[in-house]
Amino acid sequence: MTEDAIHRTVEAVWRMESAKLIAMLARMLRDVGEAEELAQDALVAALEQWRANGVPERPGAWLMTTARHRAFDRLRRRRVGERVGEQLAHHVEAHGDPGGDPAAALDEPIADDLLRLMFVACHPVLGTEARVALTLRLLGGLTTAEIARAFLTTEAAIAQRIVRAKRTLAEARVPFETPRTEELDARLASVLEVLYLIFNEGYAATSGPDWMRPALCEEALRLGRMLAELIPSEPEVHGLVALMELQASRAAARLGPGGEPVLLLEQDRARWDRLLIGRGLAALARAEARGEALGPYALQAAIAACHARAAVASDTDWARIAALYDALVQLAPSPVVELNRAVAVSMAFGAAEALGLVDALAGDPRLAGYHLLPAVRGELLQRLGRAGEARAEFERAAALTRNERERALLRGRATGCDGGD
Amino acid sequence: MRVMVMVKATADSERGVMPSPELLAAMGRFNEELARAGVLLAGEGLKRSALGCRVRFSGSHRTVVDGPFAEAKELVAGFWLWQVKSLQEAVEWVRKCPNPFPTDCEIEIRPVFEAEDFAPASTDPAARASAG
Repeated sequence: MTEDAIHRTVEAVWRMESAKLIAMLARMLRDVGEAEELAQDALVAALEQWRANGVPERPGAWLMTTARHRAFDRLRRRRVGERVGEQLAHHVEAHGDPGGDPAAALDEPIADDLLRLMFVACHPVLGTEARVALTLRLLGGLTTAEIARAFLTTEAAIAQRIVRAKRTLAEARVPFETPRTEELDARLASVLEVLYLIFNEGYAATSGPDWMRPALCEEALRLGRMLAELIPSEPEVHGLVALMELQASRAAARLGPGGEPVLLLEQDRARWDRLLIGRGLAALARAEARGEALGPYALQAAIAACHARAAVASDTDWARIAALYDALVQLAPSPVVELNRAVAVSMAFGAAEALGLVDALAGDPRLAGYHLLPAVRGELLQRLGRAGEARAEFERAAALTRNERERALLRGRATGCDGGD
Repeated sequence: MRVMVMVKATADSERGVMPSPELLAAMGRFNEELARAGVLLAGEGLKRSALGCRVRFSGSHRTVVDGPFAEAKELVAGFWLWQVKSLQEAVEWVRKCPNPFPTDCEIEIRPVFEAEDFAPASTDPAARASAG
């Protein structure tokens, strides 16, 4: 095997196994930072060994066994009396001898470990950026360089963010445990928030010429699908997965030939990904299966599903979308959601009715500087035949957006108003 | 990237020999592992080719040919669609797959075309014109 081939194999195996590896080590060592360090050591050992002796039949199992031996060594070296001995005995008892087949013996606990790792990486003691970086690093198996590239920052900045996050976790003595029932909702919300942040960072870059960073979307989706398997009893997990699947299904249709954004209603629906739509609708059905009121992610997914189900834009069930937005406004009040509701109302019941809703939002300080407010208002005014006012709104929106491609699109709409004047 | 992973048929699968309960259980566990890793998008097992047919195209003619078809190892007995980061990752997953048949067999991995693969063509006016 060539050096290059071994590298590729190691990289692939790392991607597949690193989260499990770190999760298992974190349970054994009770320290996420140390766990990651040992996992890295095992990777380095793999590279050396496999270079010399070839890649083993089951590289994942090899990594697990090697890492586990090292963790046992470290536990032994800690030697804080009886307690470690007991812990060790407990591990051997619960998970079999370290020399055995780790993949088989550890299957079930590994699922629990992964879930714990997810909760710890998204622990509220950490800031949002730290949670995002740590999640991508520990669960996504991304390198510091990859994370830095995705977030348009330097490798050093990300490395430092991760080091600090691990230190914060250690200092706060965050236990490597699944949250207790009474904190589960809040802790799960934190995990879902992080995944959706990662997804959105990939879906629509807020600045720069890069409209999409598909790798982040894919990673968020992968982690979401993983979470849905680990904790299938939580409807909002399925809600978030449904939302991400449905949004991702439109990825290919969101860009025109010149890389410019294409609005949802103008997208070529033949380019929507039917496989992802099917998965999204299935995940939504799982979220709805309990018959409980839908959470905010599931509601947003239900809205996205209305679009996905419409074969052509004119088939869209706007009255249902408006009703879903009503529910969302109740559950998660936000001026952005109200703005979206106004758009749905305009489609279902007319621009005049919606304009009143939008005007009511105009003074909201939380929307000051938000380019979509004038963009929507411009759209409504244009439909009401008030071209001059519409143009002014589109121009305002163009000046506010930070996305270059979107700015071009809005300028074009402003210019397009001239004909109607 | 998305890949299609095809389990090629064997003489046994073409005779309609059903997999053993042990193999079904092992495949079930493998599928679970794929799902839990967020890799599995879709997958199905296919019935033997004797139960299928082919539609042969020749100019404007269409001819239906009923199965079975020869060359079992060129036929597909089942497939998955996976979301992976690289072809190598798909290879490593396939290596973990339980052997699908008691006899020698093959699993083929093929990358799926992505939207980006068509991007250059869509900016080329000539290609766009010919595409309709």
